[in-house]
Parts: sequence; C-alpha cells; structure tokens
Amino acid sequence: MIVADGVTKSYGATCVVDGVTVTLPKGGITSIIGPNGAGKSTFLSMVSRLMSLDRGTVTVDGLDVTTTPSDVLARRLSILRQDNHMTARLTVRDLVSFGRYPYSKGRLTTGDKTHIDAAIGYLNLAELSERFLDELSGGQRQRAFVAMVLCQDTDYVLLDEPLNNLDLKHAVSMMQQLRRAARELGKTIVVVLHDINFASVYSDHIVCMADGRVAHEGPPDRIITSDVLTALYQTPVRVETIDGRRIGLYYE
Amino acid sequence: MRLLILAILVTLVLALASLFIGVSDVSLAALLSTSAEDRPMQVLLISRVPRTLAIILSGSSMAVAGLVMQMIVRNRFVEPSTAGTTESASLGFLAATLFFPGWPLMGKMLIAAAFALAGTALFLRILRAVPLRDVMLVPLVGIMLGGIIGAVTSFIAYRFELLPSLLAWTMGDFSGILRGRYELLWIGLGCAVLAYIAADRFTVAGMGRDFTTNLGLNYQRVMVLGLVIVSLVSAVVLVTAGSIPFLGLIVPNLVSLLVGDNMRRTVPWVTVTGAGFVLACDIVGRIVRFPYEIPISVVVGVVGSAIFLYLLLRTRRHA
Repeated sequence: MIVADGVTKSYGATCVVDGVTVTLPKGGITSIIGPNGAGKSTFLSMVSRLMSLDRGTVTVDGLDVTTTPSDVLARRLSILRQDNHMTARLTVRDLVSFGRYPYSKGRLTTGDKTHIDAAIGYLNLAELSERFLDELSGGQRQRAFVAMVLCQDTDYVLLDEPLNNLDLKHAVSMMQQLRRAARELGKTIVVVLHDINFASVYSDHIVCMADGRVAHEGPPDRIITSDVLTALYQTPVRVETIDGRRIGLYYE
Repeated sequence: MRLLILAILVTLVLALASLFIGVSDVSLAALLSTSAEDRPMQVLLISRVPRTLAIILSGSSMAVAGLVMQMIVRNRFVEPSTAGTTESASLGFLAATLFFPGWPLMGKMLIAAAFALAGTALFLRILRAVPLRDVMLVPLVGIMLGGIIGAVTSFIAYRFELLPSLLAWTMGDFSGILRGRYELLWIGLGCAVLAYIAADRFTVAGMGRDFTTNLGLNYQRVMVLGLVIVSLVSAVVLVTAGSIPFLGLIVPNLVSLLVGDNMRRTVPWVTVTGAGFVLACDIVGRIVRFPYEIPISVVVGVVGSAIFLYLLLRTRRHA
C-alpha cells in the first residue's frame, strides 16, 4: 500500500502538486489519469524518491521514501519515467541485467540470470537481447526499459506513460503483460496513462488528477463516466458500454 | 575476448619496439655483449624503460579518465581537455610552483588535482545552469571554460616570467622522462583500477540520475568518485608528461563503437587501446624526424583531431 499524505511540490510560484492525499491499494493495476500539467508525473516522481517533497509524506508499506535508504527502497519499488534518453550504448541484455543491481551490486548470480532471462522473455525481447539500444526502434527500446524494471522484481512497479512510442499491438501487449505481472506475480503496478480507454479496461483502480489535486478516485466503473471525464478533461466525453467494457468517446 | 588478447599482444609489441628506438645504440646485441654497468644497459634502465612505462601508464589512465568523464557527464565528446579540467590542473600547478616552490612534485600534483576538481565541478555547474539541447554544445562550453582558465594561467605565468615552464608542462612530451621522474604515474594506474572496480556504478550513472536513483545508488556520490578519478589522472599526467589532448576522447569512442558502453567490459579495452595508441604516436614522433623528436601532444593532436572529425561527422549523419 502506498500512502501519500499532503504531498506538495512547487516550482517557483506554481504549485504543481498541491496537498495530494491518496492511498494506492496493494495489488492490481492503479492508473493515474488527468489532463496535461495535472501533476501526474511529478507526483509519481515524488512517490519514487526521484524528486524531493516540499511538504507531506509518502510511505510504501510503511517505509517513508525520504528516510529509507535508497538501496532498500530499490528492492521494494521501481520506477520508469517517460522520455528515457540514453547516451550509453548498452545491449538489451546489459540493460535488463542492471535491473538486478540492487541485489547483485554488479556480481550476477545464477538466480539473477534466471530473473534476467524471465524478464527478457516476458517482453518478447529474446531475439533482440544482444542488440544495442541505439539500434532499436522507440517501441522496442521502451519494452527493454520495462523489462529492466520488471527484472528489478519489486513489489511496486511505477511506470510513467509506458505506452509512449508503442503501436496498437505493442500497447495492448504491454498492458496485458502488466496485468499478468499483477495477477501472476502479485505485483502492484501504478501507471500514468493518457488513453482513458486503456485505463478503463485494464485498471483495478483509477486516480484522476487535475490542477495538482486528486479530483476523483475509485474503481473504473465509477470513474469512467461521462460526468467525471467531461469535467476532468473539460471536453465532452460520452461513455458507452461495449462488450461489457466502458469506453469513452470523445471524437465529436 | 580473443580480440582483446590480440590488442594486448599488439600493445606489447609496440612497447618492445618503443624500448629500442633512440639515438643511443640500445639493441639486443649491444645489451648482451656489454655488462650491466655499460652504457646500453644504463640507457635502457634509466631512460628507455621509464619512458615506455610512462607512455603506457599515462596513455591508459588518460583514456580511462576520458571514459569515466563521458559516463558521468553523459556526453560522448567530453574529456579532460574539453571540460576545463586540464587547464585547471595547469593553473593549480602554476599556483603551487609560485606559492610552494619547495614542495615535492607529489604535493604540487595534489594541488593541481584539487584545482582540476574545482574546475570540472564548475563545468558541471554551468551545464546544470544552462540546459543544452545539442550534444556538441557541451564540449564547446568546456573548451570555452578551458580557454578562459588557460588565459588566466598564461597571464599569471607571464607576469612571473614562468611562461617557458608553463609551455613545457602543458606540451605533452615524453623525451624528458627519466627514472625518478615518472613514478607518480602509477597513481594514474591506481585510478584506472579504481574505475574498473566501480565500473558498474559508472555505467548506471551513465544511464542518468533517475535510473541511478531507481537502482538504489547515490548519484551524487558516483559523480564525486568519477570527478576525483578524472582530476587525479589529469593532474598526474600533466605534471609528469604534460597534457595529451584528444586521447581521452577518441579511445573511448572507438572502443564504444566496437564493444558498447558497459564499463565492466570497456575498461580493459580502453586501458589497452589507450596505451597502444600513445605508444604508436610516440614511436611515430620519434621516427619522423630522426634523430630529432616531435612532441607527443603534436602527434596525438594531429591524429586525434582527424579521428575526432570523423566521429563528429558520423554523429551528424546518425542524428
């Protein structure tokens, strides 16, 4: 369980995250949605100690992220931000192997190798494993990064827009993979998503953010409604149920 | 692996060749036909072996310093001479010469290293203050900073009539190396070993601050370790052999093309290639105008800038 209490972050005079108090349940997929500039990424960065908090606290299973040693946290929680610009020429396998760093500190055991192979297999990267990252397409690279954080084998996996750069096929397969990780491996996945329909279909819990605050939260059937989404995105959204799934339509 | 062994063999052959080039007759036959007190053996022990060792030590440690720098700055085109490090070390050495003329070389070197550390930290500070979109701007900023520090250094040296000595130690040259005047360079090798031990940390740091924090490493601490290694190596090489431009830039870049950037794998490569490259350049510098010599910094500068241009154009095509 991730508990955020009064989390606040300002850049100069602009308050990006404004006293967010929210509990992200353990297990399943929690999606964070909301318009651009709502503070989703900043919030995720503070939860994962990549950014300092101006005010408030965040605990992960009772561990305060600002005081817990970073390497202890690295075995509980992993984070992948968006727009990962990498200058280092690493192979996919090297990159994924570094996911084991919190455990191995560089000396890989056979147990680590099993994890690495599993993560590579999980994201269908076996054929690309010896290729350098700079030789891959954006989507393949994105999958390699996700494989790395899965290889870190933490209870909590935080992903900021993991569907970036992915085409339909790979976006769907990524969400299925994440759902499998949540169900089969018992992981808690927190994702920032832009596509409300992916959020609707794959999430167990949705948090809506607007203007640095939590506007709504709850299970998809309570969040994916015309009223909530129209107000959240300030654009008319119609919600229809198709094959038992709630789909938002906003293409008028 | 087999390639690496081949590279080591080539470097060893170059090292052997380097021992037997020079005005004084030091050949295998001369060595065997005379006793240990005679001239050939003395030349070998006092001048040739120290020189070859100095080349190997400074070549490999400068190349590793360049590699470390590229990892922590996350830019392919930085190395001690494109980040203000060398110039700062030189200013430090000048300051030590002025204020503590009686100090042993070790003490002056440490002051040079402290200046190098401060100068490089300033460079990183500027980079953080001015977010640069273009990779090429980063080394340009470093070269400008180096230019400013270099100008200050020259001015002070001019005022105290130390310009000739300044020129002597900034111009890389192995011809003055004798037994007793190169041993500080072993510190450089120690730094290279340290870089190898911490290789994984540097690779992780090369992935950026967020990745580093995510993996539970203290980014700041890795940066400081890297800066200390880079500064020490730059200072040690500067006070013994003089500055060798481009070396820390081209060797890691060539190795990166071949085996990538996982430092656990590249440090041995960079060490060997750096030594081999400087050995080859030194041999060229000694042969071209035999019996005179061309300073190593000139040879490396010419060869290095050609390779640098090639790397630049290559990047442009890729971008």
